[in-house]
Amino acid sequence: MLEDKLSLQSLIETAQNKNMRFGDLCIELQAAEMGITKEQLLTKMISILEVMESSIEHGLMGEKSKGGLVGGDAKKMRDYIAAEKNVCLVGNLIADTIIMAIAVGEANAGMGKIVAAPTAGSSGVLPAVLFSLAKNNNVARLNLAQALVVAGVIGMVIASRATLSGAEGGCQAECGAAAAMAAGAAVDLLGGSPTEVGHAAAITLKNMLGLVCDPVAGLVEVPCVKRNSGAAVQALAAAQMSLAGIISVIPVDEVIDSMASVGSAMHCSLKETAQGGLAATPTALNWAQKLFGNP
Amino acid sequence: MNLFDVIGPVMIGPSSSHTAGAVRLAKLALAVLGEPVAYANIGLHGSFSQTYKGHGTDLALIAGLLGWNPDDVRIPQAFLYADKAAIRIEFKVIQLGEKAHPNSVRFLLKGAEGQCCTVTGSSIGGGRVLISEIDGFPLAFTGEFPSLLTIHQDKPGVIAQVTSILSRYDVNVAQMKVFRKEKGGLAAMIVETDQLVDEEAWLAVNNLVNVQTVRRIQAI
Repeated sequence: MLEDKLSLQSLIETAQNKNMRFGDLCIELQAAEMGITKEQLLTKMISILEVMESSIEHGLMGEKSKGGLVGGDAKKMRDYIAAEKNVCLVGNLIADTIIMAIAVGEANAGMGKIVAAPTAGSSGVLPAVLFSLAKNNNVARLNLAQALVVAGVIGMVIASRATLSGAEGGCQAECGAAAAMAAGAAVDLLGGSPTEVGHAAAITLKNMLGLVCDPVAGLVEVPCVKRNSGAAVQALAAAQMSLAGIISVIPVDEVIDSMASVGSAMHCSLKETAQGGLAATPTALNWAQKLFGNP
Repeated sequence: MNLFDVIGPVMIGPSSSHTAGAVRLAKLALAVLGEPVAYANIGLHGSFSQTYKGHGTDLALIAGLLGWNPDDVRIPQAFLYADKAAIRIEFKVIQLGEKAHPNSVRFLLKGAEGQCCTVTGSSIGGGRVLISEIDGFPLAFTGEFPSLLTIHQDKPGVIAQVTSILSRYDVNVAQMKVFRKEKGGLAAMIVETDQLVDEEAWLAVNNLVNVQTVRRIQAI
């Protein structure tokens, strides 16, 4: 089935014209499109949030991954921050964001249950941004559910104009898209305007443009887990800029289109094939040999 | 694409193609067999053969053969459950050729009631799958609809006989494809339907003189 390109800009304008919160418009449109009530949509989103929350807890148990390259770092950082003698350089919110993003990435690598949002490899970004904001700002679960719908709509626009697959667009299409979705969701969650939602998504994606997908030994472990934490922090930085009134000179739809063209121009060795980037370093090749006996 | 394709699926990690897609491929192979698996010979091709241990692809394939879904938390223990169910499983590395998708698998399954089948398929991204061969016939279907697979004589009128039986049992055809190896030999047909094909309709198709075998395949 051929689908028309969606436009985040036109959704933002619709929300402005109707004087609506961007999240309210997204919920109204999505519930109508799926033929369900708004309450049903939000109930479904709350059940997805519960899986996200459990995946954070799973990761904090500190288990080693299938491949053995990751595991235990979320717990390590949580314990470090919790000890009063240690320095919390980045503040509580960002420390929590980093811990949660790594936790979900580690849960995923350890065969835990996660929500692919938009993909398994980038599944730590949204839970980290949403639940660290919830923890530090006392946000109600229903508002988190609404923010999740905003994230989903931004993801649908990116999927229609570009791609959400690392094999097609590199990591900018996975962690980059996840971060853009999370940034827009964060702005809506904190009461930002529809325009600010768009600028936050645009600024995030701009800052992550060109990021390659170069998984060591082909596994969703290195650099994926830590990249989730970097992406989540990018999302918060862009959301903060946007809430302060900083705008993206390039409109959001054009930024998404440029992500698509950068993805097309990217060499295939840098698109999930484990042939280039970090995956082609001597250390990575040694790991691949050790794990699978591949040269 | 809808909202839940982006915020979802809920799945056991680490990879939508190597883990969630592998569960769905095996679940579809189980649906083709149509009864519990007693023996499975699983051939892995390309990226599946190289990295399956690191992605839990082996566990995911067994989980699918047990009829589980991609979000089943028992997936990491799938080998134990297969042992308990006395299912014999063998893995091997196979070469399906240059043109085959890098994430491909070929199942040879024997069922508890004596049925057998071979199924080849690929995990094509985001957990979506494509079956490319059943019982030696090249074909193409995704398992998104309930389906009827016939192996029949490539003769005029056979397809019409099958569809008229479906219409008699009020089954609407969503799409259908016919594949044959050579003119006048055996042909395969996949009929994707909106409703499940019930036992009676299946029997009626099975009783057609020119139809050699019929399989009912549930949507996954």
